[in-house]
Amino acid sequence: MSATVTPPPKKVNRLGLEVLNYKGSRTTLCAGCGHNAISERIVECFYELGVDPFTVAKFSGIGCSSKSPAYFLGLAHGFNGVHGRMPAIATGALLANRTMMGLGVTGDGDTASIGIGQFMHLVRRNMPLIYIIENNGVYGLTKGQFSATADLGSTLKTGTPNDLPPFDCCALALKWGATFVARSFSGDKRQLQAILKTAIAHNGLSVIDVISPCVTFNDHVGSTKSYGYMKEHEAVLHELDFVPFFEDISVDIPEGEATDVQLHDGSHLRIRKLHRDYNPKDKFGALAALESAESKGEVLTGVLYVDTEKPTFTELLNLADQPLATLPESKIRPSAAVLEQAMEELR
Amino acid sequence: MSTLEVSPAEPVSREAIHSVVNDFSIQVATVNGSGSQTANTVLMRSLFQMGIPVSGKNMFPSNIAGLPTWFTIRASKHGYIGRRKEIDFLVAMNLETAREDVMKLDAGAAVVYDEPLKLSELRNDLHFYPVPFDKLVGPVCPEAKLRKLVRNMIYDGVVAQLLDIDMTEVRKALVKQFGKKKAKAVDLNWGAAQAGYDFASANLKKSDPFRVERMNATAGKIIIDGNSACALGAMFAGVTVVTWYPITPSSSLVESLIGYMRRFRLDPETGKATYAIVQAEDELASIGMALGGGWAGARSMTATAGPGISLMSEFIGLGYYAEIPTVVFDVERVGPSTGLPTRTQQGDLLPPAFLSPGDPQHPLFFPCSPEECFTLSMEAFEFAEKFQTPVFVMTDLDLGMNNWMADPFTYPTKPINRGKVLDAEDLQKLGGFARYKDVDGDGVGYRTLPGTHHEKAAYFTRGSGHNDKAQYTEREDDYINNMDRLAHKFEVMRSHVPEPVVNINGKAKIGFVAIGTSDYAVRESVDQLKSEYDIEASYLRLKAYPFTPHLAEFIRSHDRVYVVDQNRDAQLLGLMRLEYPVELLAKLRSVRYYGGLPLDARTVTDEIVKQEGK
Repeated sequence: MSATVTPPPKKVNRLGLEVLNYKGSRTTLCAGCGHNAISERIVECFYELGVDPFTVAKFSGIGCSSKSPAYFLGLAHGFNGVHGRMPAIATGALLANRTMMGLGVTGDGDTASIGIGQFMHLVRRNMPLIYIIENNGVYGLTKGQFSATADLGSTLKTGTPNDLPPFDCCALALKWGATFVARSFSGDKRQLQAILKTAIAHNGLSVIDVISPCVTFNDHVGSTKSYGYMKEHEAVLHELDFVPFFEDISVDIPEGEATDVQLHDGSHLRIRKLHRDYNPKDKFGALAALESAESKGEVLTGVLYVDTEKPTFTELLNLADQPLATLPESKIRPSAAVLEQAMEELR
Repeated sequence: MSTLEVSPAEPVSREAIHSVVNDFSIQVATVNGSGSQTANTVLMRSLFQMGIPVSGKNMFPSNIAGLPTWFTIRASKHGYIGRRKEIDFLVAMNLETAREDVMKLDAGAAVVYDEPLKLSELRNDLHFYPVPFDKLVGPVCPEAKLRKLVRNMIYDGVVAQLLDIDMTEVRKALVKQFGKKKAKAVDLNWGAAQAGYDFASANLKKSDPFRVERMNATAGKIIIDGNSACALGAMFAGVTVVTWYPITPSSSLVESLIGYMRRFRLDPETGKATYAIVQAEDELASIGMALGGGWAGARSMTATAGPGISLMSEFIGLGYYAEIPTVVFDVERVGPSTGLPTRTQQGDLLPPAFLSPGDPQHPLFFPCSPEECFTLSMEAFEFAEKFQTPVFVMTDLDLGMNNWMADPFTYPTKPINRGKVLDAEDLQKLGGFARYKDVDGDGVGYRTLPGTHHEKAAYFTRGSGHNDKAQYTEREDDYINNMDRLAHKFEVMRSHVPEPVVNINGKAKIGFVAIGTSDYAVRESVDQLKSEYDIEASYLRLKAYPFTPHLAEFIRSHDRVYVVDQNRDAQLLGLMRLEYPVELLAKLRSVRYYGGLPLDARTVTDEIVKQEGK
């Protein structure tokens, strides 16, 4: 009699899905690209939180970052749009079906240059969408030109210095109305997970600026978006614990040590302070902290701002609860009597 | 289309006529921002209520207040409602243009004018009627700041008296204009109109031949602008995502839609909106949102004009390659930037037909009347989902912004058809699908919508580089196969686009081909050519591009075919050049007008006579 080996039970999430169900096709980005790490975090977070992949719609623009939605959540519909105009596609699609969770991935070229107008208007509308900026300060797909988030004085691989100041996408998002604003680093697995999970639970626009080094064109000495530079200059604001709505909050934290933010779906974000006091509900404090960090040459990471009260664009539009896309004819074609009334008014 | 059954005009010789009844045009020259719109609409509506076929055209500047504006009303017992080039009856209220306006008139025309302008000194072959507007307005409008607005109603009264317009109809039109709730405004304006009427009765001696008589040619009809008609078409098509960026002359299309949707498209049970209307940050965004909506399964649309079309270029191409339904309303005008934005043209034909890089081809629909704005808008939404592609509804400023007499719209008889969409149940049965596979031989694949709960539902949407499973590819065979299927799909559309209206005259050697608002001028010109020059002509009016086989057949069966274009470079003719063989092209002639005013019959007739060598 041969020994029978019982295979270990498959690991599944609360929906009974395996982590495999959250993966996409194999990445075609460079080995070591920060974007790949972000894709992995996305897979983990959506798996661990048990998000139904059929309820997610992925959006992207053009660039290396915008290829990445093919590499995660293969069971979700995805739309690789045109350069800088992912916000428009996402807005239209999510208005057509408000029950979908929108997940947008862009780069710094997409967001801070060609698409800065669409980015600002997305922010202004507080459109419910997770908006991830994979920020490497450089145009990768066109082989290494500066982007508008490259820091003043940082250099290209050729040694050419950047003589213009950068846009800080977090500061822009903060000022003009995004309701969850965070900055992270593709190499900081734990922090990025907590931030992504918070974004999944948040109702409103989440802007997550992730410094994501480009190993091919911007990982040299002189770059301010390299792994080496981030190791030395990242200033972590606080420690983050995300407690999903389906888990009990077991440990009480003594008052003063942590801020607890209850999110839309009942999940909690616990923010433990590290070296300084920081109130993530204070917009002006957040802007001041960003300014101060910049002047010190630091890259501030963590949850910069969260507002759980402000109405979203879909709420402002008083949209029907069911997806507009699939409303039956009886709801979208008024009766013959309505046409007759309209005609009578014109006689 | 307008179903006015008209008798052809009898030859006109002005000397022989002592009385011209229900066949003339009135032009009111004012300054914009002076509130003349109410007076002009009331005048037009009074004629309409008397049963006389009528049209009104507003020629206005791109300005809020202070520049010249002209409103032309044409009354035609023959039912011609296109622009008439000749002005028979001028109301000269604008100091700046009065002299030029008077000098342009044909002998025998009548002029009502503001007395201080002293226009009667200019010519002795016209009928002049001076009216002291400032003296008359005081007593009927005690409030000084309203006088500028009320003053214009005085000319309605004067014109009514001179032309025999029934004052009870003027009163009725005023009530219609202001609504029953604004009784005060009605009374104030009515007082002014009466003052004008009384002044004319007591002081002016009628010497011109123009007058009206009651007819019965407008019973049951409505007055509506093309933009509102498109809006109604969109609402009854079941549009759910509407995006736009304001641009003349398309803004009022969406503004009208907003008004109707607020009234008729809130869910009566929940009070919630069964639609989303977004004023986007620009046209780049508005088309992106429309495509996002179409991709997710909504009936989506945007409305714009030429400059917006050019901004939408890349996205429209993506819509073509990714095969996403949406409807783009292009209300054509003249030029980019500040190039006569308030004048009409059919100048956008070539760009929308091929908009975007690569080899895209887009279907265009050409309504010519409010009735067709309604029906073709509805058809455009069906067509977009049937063929999974952006569809353009091409109108122009003349159709979109002017008021037209029309037959009441008829309620759609066919249920809404959402095209080839697979749900979870279908996928379960089929075991999967390939997004861009031509299963049915019509070039149109099956699609799924985001949110479909099935493991085979998802696909990744991207530009032109994909195989039939929607996977990224740069392989030449995949690319060519996809492009050939798209070309085949466009060919299939030919037998599904709205068919042209073909009017064959068995005796005719020549034919006309036209689209949209050129229809009014062409139909009248066909009558002019016959009655004045004994030239018989056939006429084919296109309702869509790609062309159906009717067009080639029409060209074949005539010696010469005149293609009418409201643009300089004969763009409609250009579309034909791209697909017809030399022997057909040899028969094509071009009639073009591109001055920014609605095309008139005389311009067409004169050009045909010249080219026919008569």
